[in-house]
Amino acid sequence: MTDKFKSDSSLAFPGEVHPTPSGGVLVSKLDDVINWARSNSLWPLVFGTSCCAIEMMSAAAAKYDWSRFGFEVARATPRQADVIIIAGTIVNKMAPVLKRLYDQMGDPKYVIAMGACATSGGPFFYNTYSVVKGADHVIPVDVYVAGCPPRPEALINALMLLQEKIKKGLTREQIREESKIEYQKAV
Amino acid sequence: MTKEELKIKLTELIPAATIDESSEWLIINIKPDELLTTADILRNKPELNFDYLFCQTCVDWKTHLTMVYHLESTKFRHQVVMKVQLDRNKPEIETVSHIWRTAEFHEREVYEMFGVNFLNHPDLRLLILPDGWEGRDPMRKDFEDPVNMIKL
Repeated sequence: MTDKFKSDSSLAFPGEVHPTPSGGVLVSKLDDVINWARSNSLWPLVFGTSCCAIEMMSAAAAKYDWSRFGFEVARATPRQADVIIIAGTIVNKMAPVLKRLYDQMGDPKYVIAMGACATSGGPFFYNTYSVVKGADHVIPVDVYVAGCPPRPEALINALMLLQEKIKKGLTREQIREESKIEYQKAV
Repeated sequence: MTKEELKIKLTELIPAATIDESSEWLIINIKPDELLTTADILRNKPELNFDYLFCQTCVDWKTHLTMVYHLESTKFRHQVVMKVQLDRNKPEIETVSHIWRTAEFHEREVYEMFGVNFLNHPDLRLLILPDGWEGRDPMRKDFEDPVNMIKL
């Protein structure tokens, strides 16, 4: 875990406490409180198309336990999910299914492209007739995770990055713009 | 039966086949027109009893195609591999789906991926590929798809 998450004040509860003799008064903005609540209760969709799904399950299981950060309620229906983790290869035949799942999710909704396949097609980029070269050809992606497959720590880091962005009050478009800039910096 | 015993038995029962012992399992090479008689012997001779087709696939060698049948006996637990060479320009072979029922969908997959035409197959159509892929044979070495494929 980077120090960024420990020291970043945007991760703490948004507001100021003014102590009074009988307790205290909290001053905050409703938008900030909503974003704070929203980011701490991101329900992922049960969606995995290959080996990344195994790492995702590991991130959910006891050892890495992503419920510590508010992701424990994995939903088997897109109508109750907030974030879809594209854990695996998306083939041309799966693309319309992914699009439909995304369309069925209620707003606000977020997308994490987990691993090389979901980011770019990965090992199937060249000489393959059946694989979509990046899930962002099908649905817009908020956070990309490198790795083949990424370790559970990397996935949890990506989820926390998403939380941080939501807490900053960014819109979905701004979150996407930020990930693009970060990506270009990394390249 | 051990590999050695199996080899003796097979040379006796299927004299037309050439037997290759170089790999883990015995390989019997036969011609396409001997397929049904050979399959019948392997399946129905009580001492062989190859009742389980655990893998059926095809290999593109660029000059020709090879059909590969992996067989096992659930009673004796011995295995054998049967190989048949096919003409790459007009690949045709009899179906074995009436002998081993599982071949029905294995052959559908080989049909869509390599374009092998299985004669007398009860339901020869695409298995995994979407509609409109008939005759494109994506698992062949010279397959080209300028729309979906980035060549390296």
